[in-house]
Amino acid sequence: METFGIWLAALLTIGIISFLYKDNVLYKACESIFVGISAGYWFITYYWDNLYRKFYLGVTDMDNPHRFFLWIAFALGVMMLTRLIGKIGWLSRWPLAFIVGATAGLYMMTYFVSNAFVQVGATIKLPPDFGSVGSYISFGMIALGTFSGLVYFFFSKEHKGVFGGTAKLGIWFLMVTFGASFGYTVMSRMSLMLGRLDFLFGEWLGMIN
Amino acid sequence: MKTKEFIVTAIIIVVLLLCKFVLPKPIQFSPTISWIVTILLGLVFAFIFYLTIKGKPVERRIVFLLVGISLVVPFFMQFKLPLKISPEVQQVYDKLASLPPGSKVLASFDYDPPSAPELQPMAEAFVKYAFEHDIKIIMMGLWPQGPQQANQAVEAAFEENPALRDQVKYGVDYVNLGFQSGNEFVVLRMGESFKSMFPSDLNYTPYDSIPLLKNVSNFSNIDWSINFSAGKPGTVEWIQVAVDRYNLPMSAGNTAVQAPMVYPYLNAGQLLGLMGGMSGAAEFEKLTNLPGKATTFLLSQTFAHVVVILFIIIGNVAFLRSRKETK
Repeated sequence: METFGIWLAALLTIGIISFLYKDNVLYKACESIFVGISAGYWFITYYWDNLYRKFYLGVTDMDNPHRFFLWIAFALGVMMLTRLIGKIGWLSRWPLAFIVGATAGLYMMTYFVSNAFVQVGATIKLPPDFGSVGSYISFGMIALGTFSGLVYFFFSKEHKGVFGGTAKLGIWFLMVTFGASFGYTVMSRMSLMLGRLDFLFGEWLGMIN
Repeated sequence: MKTKEFIVTAIIIVVLLLCKFVLPKPIQFSPTISWIVTILLGLVFAFIFYLTIKGKPVERRIVFLLVGISLVVPFFMQFKLPLKISPEVQQVYDKLASLPPGSKVLASFDYDPPSAPELQPMAEAFVKYAFEHDIKIIMMGLWPQGPQQANQAVEAAFEENPALRDQVKYGVDYVNLGFQSGNEFVVLRMGESFKSMFPSDLNYTPYDSIPLLKNVSNFSNIDWSINFSAGKPGTVEWIQVAVDRYNLPMSAGNTAVQAPMVYPYLNAGQLLGLMGGMSGAAEFEKLTNLPGKATTFLLSQTFAHVVVILFIIIGNVAFLRSRKETK
């Protein structure tokens, strides 16, 4: 059975990779299988984790004093499904409003604290090893990069003269950031491919020691 | 199917069948052969460069093929790459190594099989190290397949060191709480009570029946946490909620594509160390003295990087040439 699984996985992998040559029937078949299995997997996962483990086990747990709250969540979940029924489809807006409101409320605080407040503080603060030549360069780069980057995004004044020069420096910092991000992305995509090739040449063909 | 496509398909099938049934296995190049192959690859690039200058750029399939070859060929080579440990990976290891035996670590596996080549080596090295040093692991996942990746890491640790199979007990030394949907809201609730989010473990064992979780009610009972993340929900959400709100000490292992987004948190001290991508995983394997897949893959990745850089140069040459011709 394991051998069958490995052969199947290998053929499906080759089918997906075959797209690099040209769009073809084998690729389309593999893609459809992947999409179908993914949808089924998510359905089963959510069924067991949400409906069974969280809801069913929760409401039947007599020691849980908050078990009745789960019925509210269940009702909201059912209301979400009313989207499929034309006439009462508007009911689905309620659970959606609940999700949007709760998420916005949480994000407002978390992003303000973690991404704004702490980050601004870290930019101003001197690094712990301040004093060494490297730390001077590092701190200077952070200060210059932050300042020039902010100037670039300041559109209320025309980008001319010293102001324009600073904005241009900001673009350079942004380009370096995007370049680093691109490099990391290439690295990541190569890793994904490596995983499949390792499977093909290792587990399937047995060529790797 | 056109004749050309038929020939390509036939060649691929024949090559694969030869590899599967005829070639001796495993294959390993001697250092001399490794160098010859590398030089041949270099000559191929010199030829492509020459063609580009002559105004005959190669088609994209050749690019794909060469990238593929540069990823596969190093599997069989014996080159050893020097590996310098970066401060952020050293920080992760230092934190892990400083934990006394019996410490409780919360490990969140927020990734799925596609990201496993980068994150699984980190996870395996971490689990092996933790088991060998009597560090207790509470595993969970904000991604549905995360807990399965955790189980695979445990299995890999047992295969690597069979003695651990008898020494390490489920429920006492480690536990897998499974997946919970709800993204950062799960982390938020865990700040108050783990049990509210995980009433049972992956095997439906009630929370209160698991010995390891006896005195664990929320983040305040956790000595350190590590997050293996491939996106959202992942490290960023953990930092925003668990670290900044509940002061949970946390390190992370990220896919390379996500690492640049996480570095600001590292510099701000919100994160205690970071392993980024395959290189981060290889460094961690070196520090824990548990070489695994990441160390093996690093050579392939280095080859592929060189190939990509060469193609960027060739692409720019082709672009400049075409612009000159247009003028």
